[in-house]
Amino acid sequence: MEQLDEIVKEFLVESYENLDQLDSDLLALEEVPDDLDRLASIFRTIHSIKGTSGFLAFPNLEKVTHVGENLLVPLRDGELRLTNEIADGLLAMVDAVRDILRQIESTGVEGEGEYADLLSRLEQLKDPGAAAPPITTDESSDFSDNPGDNDNAGGSEATIAPAATTEDTIAVAEHSSETAADFTALEATASLDGQSPSSNTADSSSEVAASESASPAPTPPQKPAPETQPTPVAKAVEPKRGSDEPDRSSHNLADSTVRLDVKLLDRLMNLVGELVLSRNQIIQFSRRIEDASITAACQRLNLITTELQEGVMKTRMQPIRNAWSKLPRVVRDLASSCGKQVEVVMEGAETELDKTILEAIKDPLTHIVRNSVDHGIESPDVRESNGKPKEGTLWLRAFHEGGQVNIEIVDDGGGINIARVKEKAISRGLVSEEQVEQMTERELTNLVLLPGFSTAAKVTNVSGRGVGMDVVKTNVEKIGGTLDIHSVPGKGTTLRIKIPLTLAIVPALIITSDGDRYAIPQVSLLELVRLEGDRAKREIETIHSVPVYRLRGNLLPLLYLNQELRTATFSPETKTSETVNIVVLQAEDRQFGLVVDEINDTQEIVVKPLCDQLQSISAYAGATIMGDGTVALILDVLGLARQGNVVTENHEKAISNAGFRSNDQGTRGHSVLIVDPGDGGRVAIPLSSVARLEEFDASRIEQVNHRPVVQYRGQIMPLVGVDGAPTYASGSSDLIHVVVHSRNGRDIGVLVGSILDIVTESNIDLASEERIIDGRVTQVVDLSRTLAHLALPDEFSAA
Amino acid sequence: MNATATTSLRETFCTFTLGDLFFGVEVLQVQEVIRHQRMTRVPLAPERIQGLMNLRGQIVTALDLGTRLGFARRSHDEAMNVVIRTPDGVVSLLVDEIGDVVEVNRQQFEPPPDTLQGVSRELIRGAYKLEGRLLLVLDIQKAINEAA
Repeated sequence: MEQLDEIVKEFLVESYENLDQLDSDLLALEEVPDDLDRLASIFRTIHSIKGTSGFLAFPNLEKVTHVGENLLVPLRDGELRLTNEIADGLLAMVDAVRDILRQIESTGVEGEGEYADLLSRLEQLKDPGAAAPPITTDESSDFSDNPGDNDNAGGSEATIAPAATTEDTIAVAEHSSETAADFTALEATASLDGQSPSSNTADSSSEVAASESASPAPTPPQKPAPETQPTPVAKAVEPKRGSDEPDRSSHNLADSTVRLDVKLLDRLMNLVGELVLSRNQIIQFSRRIEDASITAACQRLNLITTELQEGVMKTRMQPIRNAWSKLPRVVRDLASSCGKQVEVVMEGAETELDKTILEAIKDPLTHIVRNSVDHGIESPDVRESNGKPKEGTLWLRAFHEGGQVNIEIVDDGGGINIARVKEKAISRGLVSEEQVEQMTERELTNLVLLPGFSTAAKVTNVSGRGVGMDVVKTNVEKIGGTLDIHSVPGKGTTLRIKIPLTLAIVPALIITSDGDRYAIPQVSLLELVRLEGDRAKREIETIHSVPVYRLRGNLLPLLYLNQELRTATFSPETKTSETVNIVVLQAEDRQFGLVVDEINDTQEIVVKPLCDQLQSISAYAGATIMGDGTVALILDVLGLARQGNVVTENHEKAISNAGFRSNDQGTRGHSVLIVDPGDGGRVAIPLSSVARLEEFDASRIEQVNHRPVVQYRGQIMPLVGVDGAPTYASGSSDLIHVVVHSRNGRDIGVLVGSILDIVTESNIDLASEERIIDGRVTQVVDLSRTLAHLALPDEFSAA
Repeated sequence: MNATATTSLRETFCTFTLGDLFFGVEVLQVQEVIRHQRMTRVPLAPERIQGLMNLRGQIVTALDLGTRLGFARRSHDEAMNVVIRTPDGVVSLLVDEIGDVVEVNRQQFEPPPDTLQGVSRELIRGAYKLEGRLLLVLDIQKAINEAA
């Protein structure tokens, strides 16, 4: 079974199921011969098996199903009425198919079986008026004798010209096949040649038992007279199949997989969502009760729920290969029509993501790949003159990172011609010349994502039909993803899609505004800024009454959530005297600050859709139920940004935010997080190695093998110091600050005294140990290096 | 919902009052009647949407029927919820008081008089002439959907 490849396996599983269905369909059809729907369904099943078997190169199977299909056509079209004989014939065909499938499953090949007599019988059934077609004996393992006919074990049965008699024997035949097989293997081949035309089939080379005669009269070995009316025999088919079942090889593929309705999975997913909410509620209650046994029970509940959630999510997960599989073909066809040579390389095809998301990215992926081949990769002679191999390469890469799936489509083509993009964007009126001058290369590259943009100098039938990358971008954003283009002229282009693993349960930041709680999906969350007292007044400036904040030297437009939602009971001016919480969010390529009253905490929330009447409000992405049972709205960051004109629909005011992308490692500086490790010193940690910043109550620290750990997002997170050694909170404060470093899907918490700042420094050499940042000596720590030795969970629990 | 109407002359209504009006909703459409629940308001939503509530894990939109009918907005702390199943999901109508479940005869039904105008005309399908008072039949679909 191991040697079977994936496609064949799937084919087998699917076909077994279909065949079982087919049996019952056929029997039902006998009752109601005119049930056209059923006939059509039978036809489709046979047709699809035929198609696949042809594709997988199983000629015997194809032949059998082909003839069966031929018989089904007049039935379906009403030219032929289903009789018992025909039903028998079809059932025999189903058995034959099942037999071949079993052969394939156990040996990987179709086996020796020949089904000539079955074929001829089916042919004949199809055309009852015509002269009896050639009949052959079938000595294959499949059709031997009647069940009761033990003494005739070696005998292959005769097939006899008149239809009515023939199929009876065959239909019942396969039971004793095992015994018969040995004897008949030889004859099988011989019998083929021995086909005689018309009404007889004396296969002379057959053994004695196979003394089939041309005459309608049954031959002696055939105990149940073939002449007997078909009906009882048709019945006999049933029990025989039943008894046949246990004979199957124990490792039947169909037994190891179950096909499920996706709806059932969706329902399970919903229920698990409910469970997660109830769990959150119970845990909240249990905190009020100081009872060890309740706490223990809650912890178990917590763990089980998390595992269940993961398990159910897994059932919906599919490898991205499913979305990629058709791409090589697309590329091949496209390349040959463009006269290019392109090789497709896939990496990380096993990466799994939610089925819904998988479906949603199929089309965008195809579009991007077509674009890459059409516009990206140059023709062979151009490539050669540029010193590249004739054959272009297209990489498809997928990998998990920080709860998201990254998909990269990389080509080694000419890259995006920035000059042409500029020219085009200006000529199309998408941006002004002044704006273009201020834009960074990256921003210019991403101009191709604007609606109405297409750089193809000539419109081909492949791409450049006006349906541009903007559609791709919209589709990706619809499922909460982002699209980014990076291009190096002459070297190639990289398109990166980041999408969430699943849409149903997402981590979110809970905030309060005017007494109501709202959830902000963490995907769009960049950082939190808190301005206290005077700072708030001083640092929030206005440009013609539009509030802005200088975040590391760049102007960050501010939106007040209470104003956006029109819940404001007082103006922001009066507010500025208090503490201001700014949630820095990313919407498309812009950043903006959302001013909220209070920042509560982060939580895994279950996204529930809003009712129809509320769906038109772009500020909300859905609703969720909080731990205390109340409903909270989930903010749609992009919707809010659009509403607040941070992101304008027509992109006319493309405000350049050069140097703003904090974790852009390209031409700009590194952003580093400055922390106090607890001893009053300064340590700089590159932001790229920081997954999140968290605060925990010091009481939440637990111990495993004398090492401090904390429960975090359903996992056990070890706590270490910046040097990688296990450490406890210094000082007596109740809150501990933790820098979460994520590696291989596991989180490691780096305990620090306090978080000081985030600064962007150009040319930080991560290798150097110390440098001066903001006028103070700061130690640079690369977490991925200092924590490299750190035990991952296995060792952790074993130690 | 007309199935019962065509098969028999009798219909059963769940009744409630809103201001001085006495309303009925076919009983089969009503999922349950519950006391006032904690609501989460939905800023930016149309005025008739009172908020969202958590009904055993399901998020249900609550509609202020009074606002819909043009009554002044009142405090809803005392309001009752009539939870109704609709083809588009479950919604809750906020009403003042819950009445009995009454059985009425179709012969008692009469469409609203022409003098009834405006929103009420659209929302009220007609009235059953019960003894002593009129039972107004609410058109749920219209009450829930876009403002007229």
